[in-house]
Amino acid sequence: MSTIDGTTAGPSSGTGPRGVPNLKGRSRPAERVIVAGLIASAGLSVVITIAILVALVEPVIEFFRQVSVSEFFATEGRFAVIPLVTGTLTVTLIALLVAVPIGLGAAMYLSEYASKRTRKVLKPTVELLAGIPSVVYGFFALFFVTPRLLQDLLNMQVNFTNLLSAGLILGVMIIPTIASLAEDALTAVPQALRQGSYAMGANRMQTTLRVVLPAAISGVAAAIVLGMSRAIGETMIVALAAGAQKNMTLDIREGAQTMTGFIAQTAGGENPVGSVEYNMLFAVGLLLFVITLVINLISITLVRRYRQEY
Amino acid sequence: MASATSADTFPQMGSLGDVHMSGERRLPASPVNPVMETRDLNVFYGDFHAVHDVNLSYGRHEITAMIGPSGCGKSTVLRCLNRMNDLVASARVEGEVLYHGQDVYEKSVDPIAVRTHIGMVFQKPNPFPKSIYDNIAYGPRVTGMKVDNMDDLVEEALRGAALWDEVKDKLKQSAYGLSGGQQQRLCIARTIATRPDVILMDEPCSALDPIATARVEDLMLELRNEYTIIVVTHNMQQAARVSDRTAFFTARPDETTGNRTGLLVEYDLTSTIFSNPNDKRTEDYISGRFG
Repeated sequence: MSTIDGTTAGPSSGTGPRGVPNLKGRSRPAERVIVAGLIASAGLSVVITIAILVALVEPVIEFFRQVSVSEFFATEGRFAVIPLVTGTLTVTLIALLVAVPIGLGAAMYLSEYASKRTRKVLKPTVELLAGIPSVVYGFFALFFVTPRLLQDLLNMQVNFTNLLSAGLILGVMIIPTIASLAEDALTAVPQALRQGSYAMGANRMQTTLRVVLPAAISGVAAAIVLGMSRAIGETMIVALAAGAQKNMTLDIREGAQTMTGFIAQTAGGENPVGSVEYNMLFAVGLLLFVITLVINLISITLVRRYRQEY
Repeated sequence: MASATSADTFPQMGSLGDVHMSGERRLPASPVNPVMETRDLNVFYGDFHAVHDVNLSYGRHEITAMIGPSGCGKSTVLRCLNRMNDLVASARVEGEVLYHGQDVYEKSVDPIAVRTHIGMVFQKPNPFPKSIYDNIAYGPRVTGMKVDNMDDLVEEALRGAALWDEVKDKLKQSAYGLSGGQQQRLCIARTIATRPDVILMDEPCSALDPIATARVEDLMLELRNEYTIIVVTHNMQQAARVSDRTAFFTARPDETTGNRTGLLVEYDLTSTIFSNPNDKRTEDYISGRFG
């Protein structure tokens, strides 16, 4: 490209004096097409989210014309949603109690302790768990965890469908999500920080817990939030293992329908379009959406505040 | 092969009349009661022979500089002194690294204990993503040092690193808000907070501008009164300015594999190395004809 070198470049437009390089901008149509494509991709997810919200809102308005708000946010009754919310939150909490320690433990082991060879084998194996269909998990909870593990082995008095086994298996299901994403976040922490820590006379556990984990906290928190969102939104496991009975309880030995379980059951096809049950589907869906959003926002705020301490 | 070994270029133990000048300090020709020594040190990374037969001794309250072209093994030698090479899975060390006469590579020795006595400052400033205060307090906390008043210790360490006046009003702020030079002095402060005996510095100024470099060099000269400093540097002027003794390394390609193995060429008082080196290779390097 002779125009780059000012001494040899002839003025391509013919106007400038000899030896002056041409610095005029050139049009780059391909670049513009690519940028437009990238913007469209980024915008599409936003558009779809808004479209879903809009689609939800109309039936929801219709629903609240038919049913009062207090009837909806009630603990009992045909249209009560609070039992579904407690069911969802209870199984999610159990799932997090299982998945956060195990997922973070696995992530810390893979990132800080495992040899390269071990990690090469172990990480894909952990991620394999994510590939198991949730209906399989559901059957596993129903026909193994509840009768064999809880009733036979631990001798617990649990119902055939119960929140405990649903939550436990839900937790197992999100372990790979948390482990894999948290491991990525930990591994991304610069080696220089670990070396600095070791050079101060810190051991491996101190380095992991006091330097690497705090440095990776936003990525680790994102991993947990994503796992939690998956747990809240998961349907098949809870529909099978937690039962299809609305139950206002915090007793994890009993079964209780969750919001997603209710949606799956009600969307079964026997409710005509425009009926109260049909519209309630959307109200519960919107509430689920809002709950997930609020939890995500709270987590993001917490992480930000924690990070600002540095 | 043996003709180039370091032993025959070592200065003879000086008689009383054989005392050299280094800056304003009068030092014996070789360190008396050295704090650290390497004996026939060989380092391998897998099959790669990185360092060949290094014999060096590091004097108490002296600054020893290790210089030489890239790939001559000087950083590798430095990282053996506090067993930081342990973090490289393929690294293998032969020979002895003596600290007060004790081999730090002996089986019974805990590398964590070694590092509490032999601190290290790295090429790129690597403060932890914590507050300035917590960066300093980290070492004493993790090593379980008995501290009466952590605030005092933090102040003392920051004063020791000539950083106190600049940061005393923002101790709770992130260390990442500091400039590169301040961050490097913070790393030095962090190191001296654990009260080490020896401070290793791996090209501590290579990521700094000339003004920040000058401040760190001044600091090194001050720290020499209390610590033994061993510094690897690419900057020959820096070695000439701050060090008492200089070890010159070079890399020798293997005849068959072409792998470059680092070896010690010459070790002497810095004044001698820079004014009257024994070895032709040292002279060529110092005068800029090679490397």
